[in-house]
Amino acid sequence: MSVTIPEGARVVFGRPELLLDRTTHYCPGCGHGVVHRLVAEVLGELGLGPRTIAVAPVGCAVFAYEYLGVDFVEAPHGRAPAVATGIRRVRPEAFVLTYQGDGDLAAIGTGEIVHAAARGELLTAVFVNNGIYGMTGGQMAPTTLLGQRSTSTPLGREASLHGYPVPMTEMLAVLPGVAYAARGSVADSVAIGRTKRYLRRACEVQLEGRGFAIVEVISNCPVGWGMTPQASIERLKEVVATAYPPGVIVDRTASAPAAPAPAAGATAAGGAAPGEPDAPAER
Amino acid sequence: MTTAPVPVRPAPTPVGVAVRRHGRRVLMKGNEAIAEAAIQAGCDAYFGYPITPQAELLEWMARRMPEEGRAFVQAESELGAINMALGAAAAGARVLVSSSSPGISLMAEAMSYMAGSEVPVVLVNVMRGGPGLGSIGPSQSDYFQATKGHGHGDYRVPVLAPASIAEAMELTADAFEIAERYRTPVMILADGILGQAMEPVELAFRAPPRLDPDWVLGGAAGRPPRVVRSLHLLPEDLERHNVHLQAKFATITDREVRSAGEHLEDADLAVVAYGTAARVARTAVARARAEGIRAGLLRPITLWPFPSAAIAEVATRVRGALVVELSAGQMVEDVRLAVEGRVPVAFTGRTGGIVPSPAEVVAALRRLDAATGPRTREASR
Repeated sequence: MSVTIPEGARVVFGRPELLLDRTTHYCPGCGHGVVHRLVAEVLGELGLGPRTIAVAPVGCAVFAYEYLGVDFVEAPHGRAPAVATGIRRVRPEAFVLTYQGDGDLAAIGTGEIVHAAARGELLTAVFVNNGIYGMTGGQMAPTTLLGQRSTSTPLGREASLHGYPVPMTEMLAVLPGVAYAARGSVADSVAIGRTKRYLRRACEVQLEGRGFAIVEVISNCPVGWGMTPQASIERLKEVVATAYPPGVIVDRTASAPAAPAPAAGATAAGGAAPGEPDAPAER
Repeated sequence: MTTAPVPVRPAPTPVGVAVRRHGRRVLMKGNEAIAEAAIQAGCDAYFGYPITPQAELLEWMARRMPEEGRAFVQAESELGAINMALGAAAAGARVLVSSSSPGISLMAEAMSYMAGSEVPVVLVNVMRGGPGLGSIGPSQSDYFQATKGHGHGDYRVPVLAPASIAEAMELTADAFEIAERYRTPVMILADGILGQAMEPVELAFRAPPRLDPDWVLGGAAGRPPRVVRSLHLLPEDLERHNVHLQAKFATITDREVRSAGEHLEDADLAVVAYGTAARVARTAVARARAEGIRAGLLRPITLWPFPSAAIAEVATRVRGALVVELSAGQMVEDVRLAVEGRVPVAFTGRTGGIVPSPAEVVAALRRLDAATGPRTREASR
């Protein structure tokens, strides 16, 4: 799409180059579109488009490769961090990004994300947490809150029956291989702006060779939650953000030495030097 | 193609010095010989998880790959290992993965994805007894799994079955070549004996030439973005993809089928066996011939594509066939399909990690000989 810019005018808002001009399959009001845009903006601003290899998940974001203009490989459900590890180890010059939802990352793919983080793989993980399995029709996810209704918890999630919600990013943050972990939100423009900064930092952390970086983004699922988009945003702010508070969860970049270039072979894990478990820099 | 430059670490004291002297005969363990053959074939990355009886393969790679400045990761599980392989191969690397039976079951998911998204990876299965945790003894009870699928969907995977450690080394190089030529995962199907035994081998390695594929991922610099995927949501798209895959499988069936025959020229009875079972069968054939039973050996080297035509041809010349396996009888089904009822097909096998003795095979040959008609008296010794 080309637009003629009139004399004296300047573009203050446009489609990021890496966000392809396509109609997405996402439901009206879904937060994935916002997160896609933020990823496209950050990769573009850092000039990473031509060297990015991204890993697409299974779930609502399975078609991420249709919307983001970078090289993509599709991973089996939950396995994106392992697939990304393989890429990382043979493509030291590449920027490697994973994009996963909460069913993908926090349920079936728990082993893969934990061990990629534990190895300190130089990866940037985008983790969109909307507390539900959207693609398959709104079943309970590990992140579904207590009391929340889903198609597989029709009376609401009850701890004695369904267990407790999993604070995945906090769990990952205790691992010394994790150089940076933050949680953003798509609730409003302020939260979105902050989320973009987290994403940018998580990309820089990889470029600096400091270790594994993850940004969880709490998001809404109007259809899965059975709400209007507006009501789902209210719930995101009032309820979800209380259970999963946004902020930087761990930042070891002060103590994790920068590596000149992402290492390959057996040295890659070593390049992600563990640091002291610092207190969160910002909450 | 060229893969990304991999930084070379300062090499520590070389291990396996003997292996570096090309053109010499050395004694090598199967697992280690396959590993070194893969390295010499240009394997860029290895991913694995410890499991008996293939652990030495992983250990060899743990020492040697860093020496060569190549990638080695001991994964958190077989799921992790095979998906690392998927990523590395999608990024253009020559990749080896190894495991044993229970681990291969875990890898089945990604095998289906790799077949669907056409990602070349070489996978070694050093089979052990099953089902379940089974035993750590040698077995061929994963034949169905290896040749009929592993994972879901309409797909085939070339399966190479060495019968000696030297052959395992040759087939390792061949496996990379087949994988890359056809964009497909390839399995090397060995067993606990081939993995654990030591045999003298000639250190003659082969590195298949690198192709220059137009699909590998390395960042969309100066070209449109590429996607490696198996998802085709529209039925028409998926069927078109399946038609393409089936055409490829037909080409592989035409061009890559391999088998070897021994003493089949004048044989009255044909023994069909692969891998370690073929080694036992070879001894049994010699002993049977010493007794005046003219037996021969037909040894499939590719289990898929299966040498059906070679078996069918032999079936026109013999009175009966005997299939020997370290299983309860799996390949025998494919032999019967190939023979199409022309002659009786008998089976003898052991399970649980037990290898049938040559005496058991000779006894089965005697029974088949008696059941299929008068023995030809012209002895061929």
